[in-house]
Amino acid sequence: MLEYVSGIITFSLIYVIATVGLAVFTGFTGLFSLGHAAFFAIGAYTAGILTYFYDVNFWAALAAGVAVSSLVGVLIGYPTLRAKLRSDYFAIATLGFGEAVRVLLENLDITQGARGLPGIASETTLPIVIVFTVLVLWVARNFVHSRYGRAAIAVREDFVAAEMMGINLFQVRMRSLVFSAGCAGLAGGLFAHYVSFIQPGMFTAALSTQLTASVVAGGMGSITGPTVAAVLFVAVPEALRMASMWRLVAYGFLLVAIMVFRPQGLFGFREISWQSCVRCFRKKPAAAGGGAGQ
Amino acid sequence: MSMLELKGVTKNFGGIVACKDISLSVAPGQIAGLIGPNGAGKTTVFNLITGVYSPTAGSISFAGRDITAIRPDKVVTHGIARTFQNIRLFRNLTVLDNVRIAVDKEVDYALGEALVRSPRVKSREREICALAMEHLEEVGLADKAEVRADSLPYGLQRKLEIARALALRPRLLLLDEPAAGMNPEESLELAGLVRILHARHDLTILLIEHHMDVVMELCEKIFVLDFGVKLAEGTAEEIQTNPEVLRAYLGEGYKRVRSQ
Repeated sequence: MLEYVSGIITFSLIYVIATVGLAVFTGFTGLFSLGHAAFFAIGAYTAGILTYFYDVNFWAALAAGVAVSSLVGVLIGYPTLRAKLRSDYFAIATLGFGEAVRVLLENLDITQGARGLPGIASETTLPIVIVFTVLVLWVARNFVHSRYGRAAIAVREDFVAAEMMGINLFQVRMRSLVFSAGCAGLAGGLFAHYVSFIQPGMFTAALSTQLTASVVAGGMGSITGPTVAAVLFVAVPEALRMASMWRLVAYGFLLVAIMVFRPQGLFGFREISWQSCVRCFRKKPAAAGGGAGQ
Repeated sequence: MSMLELKGVTKNFGGIVACKDISLSVAPGQIAGLIGPNGAGKTTVFNLITGVYSPTAGSISFAGRDITAIRPDKVVTHGIARTFQNIRLFRNLTVLDNVRIAVDKEVDYALGEALVRSPRVKSREREICALAMEHLEEVGLADKAEVRADSLPYGLQRKLEIARALALRPRLLLLDEPAAGMNPEESLELAGLVRILHARHDLTILLIEHHMDVVMELCEKIFVLDFGVKLAEGTAEEIQTNPEVLRAYLGEGYKRVRSQ
């Protein structure tokens, strides 16, 4: 039982890492990606192949997974972001990219096609995942609260005005895309060395959709919101496993409920922070109307 | 020498001529006005100067350098900032953050430092905040720093846009209908603010405005556009007595109304 729970926590956190990356991209630049499973897969396969066939050290393999998926992020970002594709067209481009990567994995020799890679060394443990999750959350928060994060938000809010502030749209979007691709790659590497078996069927558009759904449900423009949503989206279907066929219904219902009752996402633009927790437990300052900070 | 100079600038959208052979020049330190009926091409002129559109023909130069068809995000490096006719604030951000984004270009730190939030980044962030607050104080918005931009009243949103533009430390400020939607008192107050900022920051200003009191009060030089063509240019006095301008824009009754 304990193992089962720790397994769910590990899975949740691996998804959190990928979701936080996507939150930095979608939530802060306003572009939707429906192909992030591809970055996840590239990280998983790169790291997996390196340890499986070449006996590369686990950490080096993880780093390589991050590097390769970031690089692929640059390659896919260059034509799509340069063309200033509108949000929906960009989403379609990434959808195509995601499927292309999956088909490629199914047909390459090194990936062993649809059979996948069985028996990858089991290296990922819960403490490792926790450390990486904290690290990614910390870096994402730093990014968002820096001038680079603000530039991304400016682009999301109004790109015409952002350009007048001297912000290069392409650069800003590329930076966020590469960051999110790197996070997805890291999550993929951890995933491959946790489940010990990967095959192309694990990285379908359904995974991309789940990641994007976590970001939207958690709140565009929040880091902690998507984090909570990512955990929910892994944990809730697990918790409902005994209800077998009804769990997907409940899952869908949850999504619809969020869209109806919290269209801005669970957290909207807000973040959970130490201060907000303290504020929650204290009495609200009367008539101060908030904003007493600083 | 002129600060801003447009020479024979033409812009076509398909078969529609938005601007035709427009030449105008603004001297350093001048406050100039751009007036004309709706659809005359005033905002198009701003968009051409700031690189949102590139001209079909003609050239634009600023402070002696050619800026024709410049990339919009490079405009600010030349020292040009603008506001927008239909307010373009970063609506979901606070008033302070709106200005901070403009200040950001001044204080440079690398991405690597930002990701680990080095002590240098923290101190730069404090500088950014302090600078942004100064800019807010100038237009009297300091006490609204933590308010969300889209919850400000309309007039204050316009002021915030001006503060944000000034935070870019421009030499040329383009104001697109800064007094739109304001009542006569508010618009005169705004004119006063523009005059103060003009003197304090050593600015050259080109403004589009429909409030004639504001235009006549502020502008040393006025350009009149009509159907994409420059109809006239001159001082407030000359414009008000120009029969063509009266017919096309101000209306024959303009003088009479004003003298009452």
